[in-house]
Amino acid sequence: MAIMTKGQTGLTGNTAIAYAMKQINPDVCAAYPITPSTAIIEDFSSYVADGAVDTELITVESEHSAMSACIGAAAAGARVMTATSAQGLALMWEMLYIASGMRFPIVIANVNRALSAPINIHCDHSDSMGARDSGWIQLYSETVQEAYDNFIQAVRIAENEKVLLPVMVCFDGFITSHAIENISLLDDSEVRRFIGEYRPKHYLLDTDNPITYGAMTLQDTYIEFKHQQSQAMTRAKDVAIEVGREFGKEFGRTYGLMETYRLDDAEVAIVILNSAAGTTKVAVDELRKQGKKVGILRPRLFRPFPFREIADALKNVKAVAILDRADSMNGFGGPLFNEVRSALYELDARPRVISRIYGLGGRDYKVKDALEVFADLKKIAETGKVETLQKYITL
Amino acid sequence: MENYIEVRWHGRAQQGVVTAAKVLGEACLRSGKYVQAFPEFGPERMGAPVRAYNRVSDEPIRLHCQVTEPRYVLIADPTLIGVAGVTDGTPEDAIFIINTHKSPKEMRSELGLAGKKAKVYTLDASKISLETIGRQMPNTPMLGALARAAGFIAIEALIENFKENYAKKFSPRVIEGNVEAMNRGFKEVEGE
Repeated sequence: MAIMTKGQTGLTGNTAIAYAMKQINPDVCAAYPITPSTAIIEDFSSYVADGAVDTELITVESEHSAMSACIGAAAAGARVMTATSAQGLALMWEMLYIASGMRFPIVIANVNRALSAPINIHCDHSDSMGARDSGWIQLYSETVQEAYDNFIQAVRIAENEKVLLPVMVCFDGFITSHAIENISLLDDSEVRRFIGEYRPKHYLLDTDNPITYGAMTLQDTYIEFKHQQSQAMTRAKDVAIEVGREFGKEFGRTYGLMETYRLDDAEVAIVILNSAAGTTKVAVDELRKQGKKVGILRPRLFRPFPFREIADALKNVKAVAILDRADSMNGFGGPLFNEVRSALYELDARPRVISRIYGLGGRDYKVKDALEVFADLKKIAETGKVETLQKYITL
Repeated sequence: MENYIEVRWHGRAQQGVVTAAKVLGEACLRSGKYVQAFPEFGPERMGAPVRAYNRVSDEPIRLHCQVTEPRYVLIADPTLIGVAGVTDGTPEDAIFIINTHKSPKEMRSELGLAGKKAKVYTLDASKISLETIGRQMPNTPMLGALARAAGFIAIEALIENFKENYAKKFSPRVIEGNVEAMNRGFKEVEGE
């Protein structure tokens, strides 16, 4: 019998990202540890100490300094990456906007964790969702394998000349970061060939071609900078598709803007990010066995938001539930809900849409929770009426 | 529901149950299975009750929720019985493996499983580990006991995996001690 898992190994999400960083061998990594992403930098610092990489590892005194050092190194022309979570990302806040505004292709692994208060170290998406307007491309990952694959692709997307924007690769704290799962690793040479050498066109240490970064721009030019940045973000969508396709061609695992699961003939669907999509797939298979037409849409690229493609994928369903592992605290559903619902507005015949907030602070989301949402959706599809537009589940 | 084997490990921090779940996961993966191995997520403190989990399947595992209804329960520290909810969520045909010098019959009654269908196995894993590894490391003999009691992982697979994956980390003497501990756990476990 063929061993299906031949060539695979078992790694946690954090170990896999540290390994990807080793293979990428960035010029600079500036980091400050925070649970649950600590092991990434811990493992990577061993690679540095063992001489497995040439990276200049800068240990700083805060995440604000970590991102500041990343920005400085990127301005000097280096390939730069780091990792963080929750309060760490929050402390980077003002620097996130500077990284994207200066168009530095920095890559960060954000291990999703709830924001204080009350203090909590477990998974939800409040951290990265809060950064959704900071001008960073965001990729979300369901499994250890996808987190690893996304991290390698992130380098290519960020450094593409048509893009030149920082990328945040998000995956679930503890659920993915601390769980060992089967993973197929690429060879070092495959990774290095895929990402290529980083040769920035403009950088501060190029003394033959002196330039300025971070100059004052007032009413005369600021909006033009932002317009260009916005256009670059729009272009990032096509680049993400190209890179995902090329990755598939090279290594057999193709990635797109989103993953759909049994959605083609579905009457109702759940839209959900990251690891909980896997649990939802098990619920879908259960219901399909009973002849129920249910499916899933799992966005992979959240920034730029592929609104047309998502609307197109959902145009034939009668009712859709958007599950957010973060609340916008705006009184009207989570960030994913708002964006998907807005995307659907352009359709001539729109599905009914409901918001469900789940799993905050690491609260377990089980198959039965998905089944309950599907039961609500079935009722809505049959009656055309939405009884409860928004609510918290897994309470 | 999908066809999974689910395992829950109970121990106290520093007794090695997280490592045991890791080693079991690696050995199952090597035998061609899809696996998950994860600790109970949280800030750990030495001596505090700790749980670790495995899922093992012939198919890729998509579930990412906690393990709450494990068929296999391994208890590295019997003082956790009555404290850590070791029987919580277990099915009728559950299999318990306990590190203790007491008999399976005694432990069955301590677990509140008298007259129940569940199987109870015991071995003195602390003593075995002291004699083979030279320190309290009950997780290693318990892996051997699991191979005997459960049948979803072969003792050979556990041993081969350990020899190959840990040769760089441990000295040959430590590897030998651990292999001996697994073999003795396999041989000495008793059940009813």
